Amino acid sequence: MSVLRCIDPGPLATLQDGGRVAWQRFGVSVAGAMDPIGLALANLLVGNPRDGAAIEVTLAGGVWEVEAESVRLAFAGANIAATIDGRLAASHRSHMLKRGQRLAIGPLAGAVRGYLAVAGGLALPAMLGSISTHLRSRLGGIDGGPLRAGQELPLVLDTVGGPDLAFDPSLLPTAPPRFRAILGPQDDMFTREGVETLFAADYTVTAEADRMGMRLAGPKLAHVGGYNIISDGIAPGSIQVPGAGLPIVLFADRQTTGGYPKIATVVSADLGFLARCRPGDTIRFEQTDLAGASRLRQALQDRLARLAASLSPARSVASLDSATLLAHNLVDGVTDGLDVP
Amino acid sequence: MNGGLRLLAAGDTALTAELGDTVDPRINARVLSLDRALAAEALPGIVETVPTYRSLQIHFDPDRLDVEALGRTLEALAAKLDDEPPPGRTWRVPVAYGGEHGIDLEATAARIGVSTEEVIAIHLAGDYRVYMIGFQPGFAYLGGLDSRLHLPRREVPRLKTPAGTISVGGIQAAVASIEAPSGWHLLGRTPVRAFDPVRAEPLLFGVGDRIRFERISADDYVSLATRVADEGWLPPREAP
Repeated sequence: MSVLRCIDPGPLATLQDGGRVAWQRFGVSVAGAMDPIGLALANLLVGNPRDGAAIEVTLAGGVWEVEAESVRLAFAGANIAATIDGRLAASHRSHMLKRGQRLAIGPLAGAVRGYLAVAGGLALPAMLGSISTHLRSRLGGIDGGPLRAGQELPLVLDTVGGPDLAFDPSLLPTAPPRFRAILGPQDDMFTREGVETLFAADYTVTAEADRMGMRLAGPKLAHVGGYNIISDGIAPGSIQVPGAGLPIVLFADRQTTGGYPKIATVVSADLGFLARCRPGDTIRFEQTDLAGASRLRQALQDRLARLAASLSPARSVASLDSATLLAHNLVDGVTDGLDVP
Repeated sequence: MNGGLRLLAAGDTALTAELGDTVDPRINARVLSLDRALAAEALPGIVETVPTYRSLQIHFDPDRLDVEALGRTLEALAAKLDDEPPPGRTWRVPVAYGGEHGIDLEATAARIGVSTEEVIAIHLAGDYRVYMIGFQPGFAYLGGLDSRLHLPRREVPRLKTPAGTISVGGIQAAVASIEAPSGWHLLGRTPVRAFDPVRAEPLLFGVGDRIRFERISADDYVSLATRVADEGWLPPREAP
């Protein structure tokens, strides 16, 4: 059987796809990629469906070894310094690896998480319609848990053909200076000053940030009356505010229902960019409405379509010396705009 | 007249249709009625709906569904909702009370000044309805708990309670599906697993279902748990 072997998963690696839909009424969280744009980019580079299952790595990318005749891999979502058998491997393109070759992905830059996609995908059974791992309920992935050293990911393909592909990196979508959010569903449970503060103040991403939620530090948002509600549904990007007055943005692994008031909701086009932020980053919110969210969504889809159209055969790695690779990879890595302000 | 409906924006991919802000069986019945009526409309672009105590969360694909049209549909449907709880299935859930399975049974009895047998009898007599499923896969929040068992939560939640825990907290009762932290009072445990992702029917209880508890001994618990593990035994249920 052809597999990709996990030599070292890095700090946290899980399998994620577009998420587990249609089971929230039974209390099952959606999970799925924290940064759907990163997932889509990695999949596009290897010719997979945009929401196909990939490896989501956190802070650093680990080491992966090929046990197949040939495998095509691509990494996206964050900027990386990667090597294949010790040779530098450029970002934003796919790479064909032969049996026994190792891809080592160093610390991620510009984002907390990145996505490693495999051409043809992983030969793993979907659970409730998805391969996505939900760590809290131990659902999905291989055994419901994070990937571990020594685990083997079965591959659909034993061999790949055709050229490696690259994007036009100038088309990569960039994070907005402010994360756009729509008021509601419980903005009426906050003071006017509370609502104004949300959209005026600087907030800092705290270390309490994971796939479920991102706790922010900054000015408190005052509630009107109490801060308990009869539990209701939770949308992706909900900004809930518990009694202490500090906001928590809810992401892929969020619970399906909850009992804290939610002052606003980050729009779908910006949520993946917000997920890239690291503890210590300063972030700001900006109010928008449904029409604004629709324009942002359309712009992002247009950008992804242009990126997909820009795919073309990548230059051969062998033709480049490491100085050229450094210039194209590492320098691009800090200047291509993916860094969140 | 829109039946008390409030439509609350929840970003660009979800809408909260709120029908009240209290725990009330008639409001919950109206939520379930709205859920059924919306499902019957079969609007393209609705991804999934999540009924809760007092609202219906509608998750949608904004590229396929116009949220204003959705709002108009909901307004029309809300004008003719059913206040009566839906028929729902009735599940007969076996419970071993007390001892290692219900470590708070004695304290609960002492707290409300009755015997442990009376606590069990009160809990068994309830006609429970699944108001909401949330918190964890298959965790069923039940309405219908006798007011004598309404107790504040524990001051310090337990970090781990076992799958199948039968507990009470506030005005609610619950059947827990998987191991989880809990601040509720543990009266017993069922060998039934409300959630098993590899079972043909991964999740048993649905919102609107009724639950009747049936007492079993600690020995029965062991033998039923074996059947659950070996044969995939499921509790008896009656169609509505």
